Amino acid sequence: MLKNFFPNKVLSLKSKTINNLVFFLIIVVIIGLIYSLLISPPDYIQGDAVRIMYVHVPSSMMALGCFGFIGFASICNLVFKIKFMPFLAKSLAPIGFLFTLISIVTGSLWGKPTWGVWWVWDARLTSMTILLFFYIAYILTWKLLNNFNKANRISSVIGIVGLFNIPVIKYSVDWWNTLHQPSSITLTSAPTIHYSMLVPLVIMFFGMSIYALIIFLMRYKTEVIKFKIEKKKNTDN
Amino acid sequence: MLTKKVKSRIFFLSVLILLAVIIIFIILKSLEENVVYFFSPTEIYSKENISFSKKIRIGGLVKKNSVSKNEISVKFIITDLKKEIIVSYNGLLPNLFAEEKGVIAEGILKDKKYFVADKILAKHDENYMPPEVSKALEKANN
Repeated sequence: MLKNFFPNKVLSLKSKTINNLVFFLIIVVIIGLIYSLLISPPDYIQGDAVRIMYVHVPSSMMALGCFGFIGFASICNLVFKIKFMPFLAKSLAPIGFLFTLISIVTGSLWGKPTWGVWWVWDARLTSMTILLFFYIAYILTWKLLNNFNKANRISSVIGIVGLFNIPVIKYSVDWWNTLHQPSSITLTSAPTIHYSMLVPLVIMFFGMSIYALIIFLMRYKTEVIKFKIEKKKNTDN
Repeated sequence: MLTKKVKSRIFFLSVLILLAVIIIFIILKSLEENVVYFFSPTEIYSKENISFSKKIRIGGLVKKNSVSKNEISVKFIITDLKKEIIVSYNGLLPNLFAEEKGVIAEGILKDKKYFVADKILAKHDENYMPPEVSKALEKANN
C-alpha cells in the first residue's frame, strides 16, 4: 500500500488516470447534488436548511482527516526519516485548509437560521478555528522558509502539535456543553439521521474524497518533481 | 530492525507526547468554566460561587406548556428534566425556538430560580428526519 506513494511511482502517474478520476468525480458529485438538493426530504424542524449539512459535514470530516494524515506523516518524518513523508503532508495541507474553510463558512450560514447567530465561541467552533490556524501555520512554514531541512523540521513539529487538536474537535461536543449538536453518526450506535438524509451525505463524502485524492496526486507529483529539480541544480553547481 | 537512533527518537517523542497530553489536559481542566458554553439548571443549583451580576448562559429544554407570551415579553421554563429555571426575555425569538426543544439563554441570573435573558439561541439536536417520519414517531408515542 505504502509502496504506491513512493516518489518514483508517482512520477509514472499518467494524466489519463487523473482524467478518469475527474470524470468519476463529476458523476459522483452530480448524483450527490441531485440527491441532496432535490430528492432528499427537508428536515422536520430545520426545513431546507438541512441541505447545508450535505456540504458541511463531509468537509469537516475531510478537514480532520487531512490533518490526521499530516500529523501521522510528520511523526514518520521525524522519527523514521522516511524521505517522501514531507511531500505527502505538504500536498495534503492546502486541501485540508480549503475543507476547513468550507466547513466554517457553511456552518456559519447554517447557524444563522437555526441557532439565531452566525458565530459563537463554543468548544467545537473554537477548536475548529484553531485547526484553521494550524493549517495556516503549516502552509506558511513551507512558503516562508527557503531551507528545506529547516522547513521540514518546523512543519513536522506543527503537524504533531496540531494532531492533539483533532480528538479535542471530535469529542468537544461530548466533553463539554456546546451550542453545536453532538455527532449523529457514531461508531457505537445507530445513526440518529434518517437514511433518506444519510444516503446523500455518504455520496457527498465519497465525492469530496475523490476530489481530495485528485488534488493530492497532482500536488504530490509536482512536489516530487520540484524537489528532484532542486537537487539536480544543487549537484550541478 | 529499529536502529538505536530511531529507538531514541521514538522514546523522545513518546515522552514529549505524554507531557503534551498532560499539559493540555490540565489547561483544559482549569479553563473548564470558560470552555463550557452554558450551564444546565442542575449545575446552577449545585454551584456555590455563582455570579448574580455577570452575564452567564444557561441551557436545556423548553418545558412543555410553559411558554407564555404577551406583546413585549416571553416567559418560559428551561428544564434539564431534573431542575427548572424560569426565564424571562424581551425580544425576538429564533425561528426554531419550540417547546420540548433545546434552547440556550444568555443573561443574568436573579436568583437560582429566575433568569433574565437578553439573548435566546435555539439549540438543534443530533436528530435529523423528514417531517413524515417525525409525525409517525409522534403518533406511535401517543
